[in-house]
This record gives sequence, C-alpha cells and structure tokens, in this order.
Amino acid sequence: MAETVLFTVLAVVTVITAVLVIVQRNPVSSAIFLIMTLFSLAGIYLLLNAQFIAVIQVLVYAGAIMVLFLFVIMLLNLEKEKKIITRHRLQKVLGVFLGVILLAQIGMIFNSVFLEGTRGKFTPEQVTAVGNTQVVARLLFTDYLLPFEITSILLLVAIIAAIVLAKRQI
Amino acid sequence: MTSLMISSVMYQGVSLSSYLVLSAILFTVGVVGFMIRRNIIVIFMSIELMLNAANLAFVAFSRFLNSMDGQIFVFFVMSVAAAEAAVGLAIVIAVYRTKDTVNADEVNLMKW
Repeated sequence: MAETVLFTVLAVVTVITAVLVIVQRNPVSSAIFLIMTLFSLAGIYLLLNAQFIAVIQVLVYAGAIMVLFLFVIMLLNLEKEKKIITRHRLQKVLGVFLGVILLAQIGMIFNSVFLEGTRGKFTPEQVTAVGNTQVVARLLFTDYLLPFEITSILLLVAIIAAIVLAKRQI
Repeated sequence: MTSLMISSVMYQGVSLSSYLVLSAILFTVGVVGFMIRRNIIVIFMSIELMLNAANLAFVAFSRFLNSMDGQIFVFFVMSVAAAEAAVGLAIVIAVYRTKDTVNADEVNLMKW
C-alpha cells in the first residue's frame, strides 16, 4: 500500500516536472526542473530495489551532468535568447500532435505484445542478502569487464573532444 | 492490461505496466520537447529525459525479471550520457562563439 502511494506521488512529480522542463522559457528553470525530475526518478529506482542506480542517478546525473548544463547556461549570455518570440505555432501544434500519436503507438504495443522473458537468477531476497551494490560490482568486473573498460576509453575520448572543441584555437 | 503477465504473477505492489507507462510518458515528453523547442541547451535536456525514460524501463524490467543485466545497462547508458553531455555542450560553446546564438533555427550553415 505504502509502495503504491509512494509510486503515485513520485510518478506525478516526475511527469509534472518533466513537462515543466520543456515549457519553461528560461533555460535555468528548465535545468532546475530537470534536476527535480532526476531526483524523483532516483526515488522510483529505490522503489525498484536498485539502490546503486539510485545513488548513481543522484551523483552523476543530478550532480555532475546537470551542474555541467547549468555551468554552460551561466557561461553563455542568454538574455537576448529569452526575448525571441517563438513564431512557430504550427511546429508546436504538430510536435504535440506527433507526441500524442507516439504515446498511442507505445500504448498499443503494450496492449498487443505478450511480455514474457526467461527469469534470471537474481531474486529480490537473494540480492538483498548479498547487497545490491555488491551484486552490480561483481557483474561489472566479471561478465561485463570488457564493456566496462571500453566505457573508460569512451570517457577519455569525451574529455579530449570537449577540450578540443571548447578551446579557442588549437 | 492482461497481456503484461510478468507483473501480475509474482508481485502484489506496483505492477510492471505502471512503470512502463510512466517510462512511455516520460519518453514522449522528451520527444515533444525535442520537436517544439529552439534552444539547443533545452533540446539537450529533452535528450536526457528520453535517456532517463529508457533507463526507467531497463530498471523496471530488471526488477520484474529477477535479472541484474538491466541495471548494468543503465550504468553504461549513464556513462554514455555523461560523454554525450560533455561533447554536446562543448559544441554548444563553439557554436555560440562563432554564431553568437544558441537558437537551432539560426545554425543553418549545413541545412541545404
């Protein structure tokens, strides 16, 4: 019962703040609302017994990535961008219309597909006994070691690319 | 919603379909934001919304299928999102330096 109430509250907060992200005119308030969305999603991950992912969500997404966004928004002087009157009414109507169609299509897929999968060996009781983070770590350093190492190379490439792109002249 | 059997068989709380519906709504909000906004930074935020919707679906399936692979995937999606945000925002800074704008309509050098 408590889980249902928590899920409902978090889901409503997530959807409302997500909509506010895309309708706010000021990019700074968009970023603040996106941080709230990410926080409530972290709460939903806690409901789903994914404690490690919830903490990473707060640390990496709401912490690092959104600070980067806010940093860039502050770095650029966007005062005159706010005054631009959007004259793309047709584009907005069409965008929302296509979004509704997309949602309807996803709903139809949910209703028509019989979702069935082979059940894994990590039952909630077992994961709770060992600890969620420990299970994730064991998998990351055994079965998923190669993707994990490739991720480090990807991040290195991203660092170099960001520096090269943002530098005034090379 | 009789077709989503995974949810109803084993679990009494919130069903899998609730999480999937939330994920679908979040993804749609991201798509709509991508299409109606002109500010490149807000377009990036819409992409983050879509990535988070996919992450939510991954974690929900991971929970209801008793599998840990979904959470590992979310871990990789997050690192890709971090790399994408860093490179994308560097591009935004470079564009702002040359064109003095972050309006996607005015960045049309390669359009036609």
